[in-house]
Amino acid sequence: MTAALQVEKLNRSFGALPVTRDVDLTLERGARHALIGPNGAGKTTLVNLITGVLKPHSGRVLLNGQDITSTSQTERARRGLARTFQINQLFRGLTVLENIVMAIGERDGENNNLWRPAGAKPSVIEEALDHLESLRLVDDALKLIRELPYGRQRLVEIAIALAQKPRVLLLDEPAAGVPSSESHLILDVVAALDPDIAVLIIEHDMDVVFRFAKEITVLVQGAVFTHGTPEQIMKDEQVRAVYLGEEGHKAGERSHG
Amino acid sequence: MAASETQTPATPANAAATSSARARAADFIVKRHYLQWWEALPWVLIIAAYFIFPDRMTFGTQVLIGIMFALSLDLILGYAGIVTLGHALFFGIGAYTVALLTARWGWGEPISSMLIAIVLSAVAGLITGWFLLRYRGLTLLMLTLAAAILVQEAGNYRSDITGGYDGVPGMEIGKLFGIFENDLYGRNYYIYVGVLLFIVWYVLRRIVYSPYGAALTGIRENVRRMYAIGSPVHRRLVTAYTIAAGIAGMAGALFAQSTAYATLGVFDFDNSAKVMVMLILGGTGRLYGAFIGATVYLVLEDDLSKLSPTFWQFGIGLLLVLTVLFARRGLLGLIEDALKYIRRGAKS
Repeated sequence: MTAALQVEKLNRSFGALPVTRDVDLTLERGARHALIGPNGAGKTTLVNLITGVLKPHSGRVLLNGQDITSTSQTERARRGLARTFQINQLFRGLTVLENIVMAIGERDGENNNLWRPAGAKPSVIEEALDHLESLRLVDDALKLIRELPYGRQRLVEIAIALAQKPRVLLLDEPAAGVPSSESHLILDVVAALDPDIAVLIIEHDMDVVFRFAKEITVLVQGAVFTHGTPEQIMKDEQVRAVYLGEEGHKAGERSHG
Repeated sequence: MAASETQTPATPANAAATSSARARAADFIVKRHYLQWWEALPWVLIIAAYFIFPDRMTFGTQVLIGIMFALSLDLILGYAGIVTLGHALFFGIGAYTVALLTARWGWGEPISSMLIAIVLSAVAGLITGWFLLRYRGLTLLMLTLAAAILVQEAGNYRSDITGGYDGVPGMEIGKLFGIFENDLYGRNYYIYVGVLLFIVWYVLRRIVYSPYGAALTGIRENVRRMYAIGSPVHRRLVTAYTIAAGIAGMAGALFAQSTAYATLGVFDFDNSAKVMVMLILGGTGRLYGAFIGATVYLVLEDDLSKLSPTFWQFGIGLLLVLTVLFARRGLLGLIEDALKYIRRGAKS
């Protein structure tokens, strides 16, 4: 079976600083994969390389067996690759419902229509409301994003990505910036995602990672440090030293600044 | 598992609350494009002006043309968030298409020459937009400005054809439908331009309330998200730019026809800046800002310049500074706030 997402020998540097070094990563269909590593390890850069925000200097990205290394971000999204952002990227001046309708409209080609009123297709609105209902956002449907508490905004991030009906979903710290009293809401949503979607999650909370992931990749200074099941990673002394210990933090800070 | 905590049981009461919330939300989206009563106001005023100021219709026609020009800018600036200082390029191409067709080739029929002007300026919008809309912000600002200057200078180089800054001489504009001449008071043209403005408004209103219009707003609000959800951003922007260019060209063509006059001055930076000032004054991204802004600007310009031929721009400048400082959403936003305030006062 072809993997849902395959990353082969990916390299990228910013000036003289290599931020992604020979990274290999495979997500099978329905994968639950966590990407961990200290600050500045290049996790978000890797997401940007996979989604096409950045172009790699070498290496390949394959989506369902097809080489997408040189296709645009737009085309990758159309082929079923969705992501959430570490820092909210929402349409702040629009309502929650309009945010979701936007994603459905682009997915279905609705947004090519210049003449029909935006609300003329009940199926689109119903679907958008279904997505909101599954994330318990229906009561906020008519609120503007900027009027919403940050935790709820994070849920809209996920709702937009789900409205794209992706086959591969990249979650970049979905609970970042959310008080821990609310973060369990988001993580429940993540835990309940459609088992057919291959999910890559970047997360700092080890409890979440070990609960959610079937596979873990540890990224340190742009390179894959190790990779294995949660049990293997938990037992790995080197991971503890690099990632959980002092040394890792120092290394992270150095490569960051 | 913590999951069970949030999965509150779907009691009948909960389900009913959810379904009513759903219905309310769906209703909002479905009805958003419905016409409001106040949207008739501009048209009532435009018609009323015809009867109240019968001897000032030449000026009235220029106001209508200004509104049309500002409306075209609103689509790209107000909705799509494209910042341009070269919108006069398309106004100028429209004006010159009509001027050259009329004066050089004897094609004085106003409606067909206007249609040709629309097509040519839209093509110019398509070509320049294709190249320029890869850029954003200051870069785009400079490039749009440069595009207008380039065309203006090209026209100046061949002033034997364009008439340079002295203008195209001898424009004999044909009668509308072969019947109506542009009379001394410009009443026929006022009606003609008014009808065309209505068509433009209707088309733009359809567009901004369409799914495509929503996508333009999305690009303005957050372009990174648009790429992430698979939106062909460049194509969407070029489409909007082309439409706006066509309408700006239409305004330019009507300008040339109604004044029987066109010089290279139509390409001036002044003209690009003026339409932007009109729109910001009135309020961007709501169509009606163009109506208010263009009217206020042109009336002030007319009255103040009679009052003080050398100092009138001070008044416009002052108004713009006040608008930007205290009414960020333009005069239209100010009116909206005032209405809200009054309504709240009436309730308490």
